[in-house]
Amino acid sequence: MKPAEFYQRDRNWHAPALTPAYKTSVARSPRYSLISLENTPSEISGPRFGHNDIDPLDNDLLNNYAKAGESPIGERIIIHGRVLDENARPVPNTLVEIWQANAGGRYRHKKDTYLAPIDPNFGGCGRTMTDAEGYYYFRTVKPGAYPWRNGINDWRPAHVHFSVFGTGFAQRLITQLYFEGDPLIARCPIVQTIPDPAAIDQLTAKLDMNATIPLDTIAYRFDIVLRGRRSTLFENKLEGN
Amino acid sequence: MSNTPKYLKETPSQTAGPYVHIGLAPGAAGFDIYREELGHDIAGPNAAGERIRVEGLVIDGTGAPVKDVLLEAWQANSAGVYAHPESAGDVEEGFSGWGRVITDFATGEWGFDTVKPGATLGRHGQMQAPHINLWIVARGINVGLNTRLYFDDEDNTADPVLNSIEWEHRRATLVAKRTGDTYRFDIRLQGEDETVFFDI
Repeated sequence: MKPAEFYQRDRNWHAPALTPAYKTSVARSPRYSLISLENTPSEISGPRFGHNDIDPLDNDLLNNYAKAGESPIGERIIIHGRVLDENARPVPNTLVEIWQANAGGRYRHKKDTYLAPIDPNFGGCGRTMTDAEGYYYFRTVKPGAYPWRNGINDWRPAHVHFSVFGTGFAQRLITQLYFEGDPLIARCPIVQTIPDPAAIDQLTAKLDMNATIPLDTIAYRFDIVLRGRRSTLFENKLEGN
Repeated sequence: MSNTPKYLKETPSQTAGPYVHIGLAPGAAGFDIYREELGHDIAGPNAAGERIRVEGLVIDGTGAPVKDVLLEAWQANSAGVYAHPESAGDVEEGFSGWGRVITDFATGEWGFDTVKPGATLGRHGQMQAPHINLWIVARGINVGLNTRLYFDDEDNTADPVLNSIEWEHRRATLVAKRTGDTYRFDIRLQGEDETVFFDI
């Protein structure tokens, strides 16, 4: 696939940098405007990963940190979906990484001091490559809500962090998955940095009974959309072409 | 039949949060889980060119170092070629061009070892001065910030991207300063000498 420019990012769809209700953004947001930069080969190229870079079980959080014969405690879920671009074309062979708290809302991180306990059988991270159709899946436990020092009584909705690459460095994306119906979504200052309710809905994974494994694991569907590629090719040949 | 173009919308970004290390650098979070963490070695053992170190701080609007940042680098090899499928075979075996580092929890210092990139082709046949593309995510940053690191011992005067910055004095925020084999590149998120960030 020849490198091509990407559609411009819709900065009104994404959150602005300065969102004072999410307090940490106040001192960490640029005050000057971004300088718009037409794509060059530096932006339309990006790192590639191979199936040899990761282990096949890296996508199974029910097992990738559990002792032999044991499992993490919590609601067993499948998270699955496709990585597409804005033209609805699949993004194959791209790296998807996730991280999350355990069922009680506690992260396995030395900076997390929340009193809910660590689960000895749960690490909380996973990674996988999309297949030829852009499809990915993880097995995990549904994370719990947790409190954070923003407002005095702010709680994050249950969420899973996602990191996705695509084919060009300009597509690089980190986001968060939320779960359908969670009443904390509407109250969360981080979710609400996003101005458009339709954009927030795009981050909300939907219960997917057709993908559940009866008597075993319930499922949620989460499709991810990366920036689309222009149909016109880049005007210059890339170095090395 | 509607002629309205049908496109999907890009998935909105959200902050990487304070525990980004769990997913992308679990060793730093305090546990080992993967056979190998990704992004430790940008250049690999076979890359031609000058071996350099690039390091710095990310500083917030109050002047304090930010100690929970994750940075990713994307660069060409010393001949100015990116490790992209389009140029397969034109970069050294083991050269990925991509790196991932986190800031030190105590000091906020970050750094990576690499080779100095060569000049790359830009738009309209113009050459771009050697540079490293950087992407910065952290708690409090809603959409990852893109910037470029240039080198103070290169001739940057004809670089089309630097020259697209209307405020000439702001171009200096993108130029790393050399001492020995190390380039210093402090990133100021906000305020005096705020680093130039791009909408790429």
